[in-house]
Amino acid sequence: MPEQGDARDHQHIVRSFDEELKALSGAIVEMGGLAERQVADALKGLVEEDIELAARVIERDARIDELEERIDQDVIRLLALRQPLAIDLRMIAMALKISNDLERMADYAVSIAKRSQRLSEQADRKPMQSLPRIGQSCLAMVKDVLDAYVERDAEKASAVWHRDREVDEQYTSLFRELVTYMLEDPRTISTCIDLLFVAKNLERIADHATNIAEKIVYIIHGTHINRPRHEVE
Amino acid sequence: MVTTTVPTATATVSSSAPVSVKMSARNVNLWYGTKQALFDVNMDVMKHRVTALIGPSGCGKTTFLRCLNRMNDTIGSCRVEGDIRLDGLNIYDPSIDVVQVRARVGMVFQKPNPFPKSIYENVAYGPRIHGLARSKADLDDIVEASLRGAGLWEEVADRLDQPGTSLSGGQQQRLCIARAIAVSPEVILMDEPCSALDPIATAHIEELIDELRKTFTIVIVTHNMQQAARVSQYTAFFHLGKLIEFGPTEEIFTRPLEQMTQDYITGRFG
Repeated sequence: MPEQGDARDHQHIVRSFDEELKALSGAIVEMGGLAERQVADALKGLVEEDIELAARVIERDARIDELEERIDQDVIRLLALRQPLAIDLRMIAMALKISNDLERMADYAVSIAKRSQRLSEQADRKPMQSLPRIGQSCLAMVKDVLDAYVERDAEKASAVWHRDREVDEQYTSLFRELVTYMLEDPRTISTCIDLLFVAKNLERIADHATNIAEKIVYIIHGTHINRPRHEVE
Repeated sequence: MVTTTVPTATATVSSSAPVSVKMSARNVNLWYGTKQALFDVNMDVMKHRVTALIGPSGCGKTTFLRCLNRMNDTIGSCRVEGDIRLDGLNIYDPSIDVVQVRARVGMVFQKPNPFPKSIYENVAYGPRIHGLARSKADLDDIVEASLRGAGLWEEVADRLDQPGTSLSGGQQQRLCIARAIAVSPEVILMDEPCSALDPIATAHIEELIDELRKTFTIVIVTHNMQQAARVSQYTAFFHLGKLIEFGPTEEIFTRPLEQMTQDYITGRFG
């Protein structure tokens, strides 16, 4: 199976097609960079009680939506005008799906930012101590999956895919921890529930990073990572 | 007798569906004078399937197509080696009647080429010389069935006595298809049958090809990659006289196994 790496050494006869493909990849990378920053800032805003940073995350979401629309249009145009095949077809079709994953990721970042505004009013910060750990795991997955996209590196994408389980485990353990806090002191219930939602959002962000990893492997090899059915949800 | 497993001296086969083999080519080499035009081609043509032959100009796809009903015999300097079988029968065997081969393996050409005769006579000619009709009524039935089979009957039923050349390009090509199917062939070879037609006439031919494969086995040469993708179930990619890759069309166009195939179908050649 010829791979993307090889294909990139071979230019299209019609050079404007190469430029359009490069522009599409560029839009994905830009959108990915923004989404990564949204997740990072949402986390930072939460942990450092920075309400202004959280507000900026909420504001910046519009730019991500704009990029998603632009990618939709670019993909439709390329399909109609270039009738791409093989690796070009896979790359273009997956751009549509990857941009959707990035948009969802950014939405979860906004959710976290909104909750962090509420959480900043809470006096008891103790239940929040475990959050940065799962946050950093998620953020690392997002960053690595974007690197894998830029480098067209199927192995790196595969490694990200395998890390999803780690985040799932961290989420489960955080869930138990928060339930324990709530049992010990019912006054923490409100905070803990907000934190549970944040943790769930982070876990979903990692799921989308995992989805993107699958799509990168599909772009490069034309095959799907085999995922046991019970792990899909 | 050569076995009919899917090949592969020269090509990578993506996968093989359980369908039966209608024609098989084994170690086919071909020369025009001293110049070799085909190199060790090994390929199967599946029954009731459309097989598309693609590749850049001069890659040997038309040359290979013409081997399948010995059309290359008409070129004096042409020499063919290897084995081409139709239902297991070697069509290059000296005992074979080449006229019978071409009755079983018909051909439609790039440019519509109706005889300078009436629409009726264009279709009736083949069945008549092959003695397929016992009476005028028989012949009428064959002509009607063939024109219907080619999707042309409704358009020409009331003017069968007019010259075939009076039809539009797309209609002429369908007339040639009617002429080809009138002698009840088993395989139809098509050499860029739509290259001289507009998109609507092309769509009619493509729809017809899909219909025809229920009755016949079809091999089509096309320069139009999208057409190959639309009409065929199997695709063979030729380059410089060699079969580079052969497999299910869907796989060839979404995830070819060979770099050269990918470069060609994505427009990176050269």
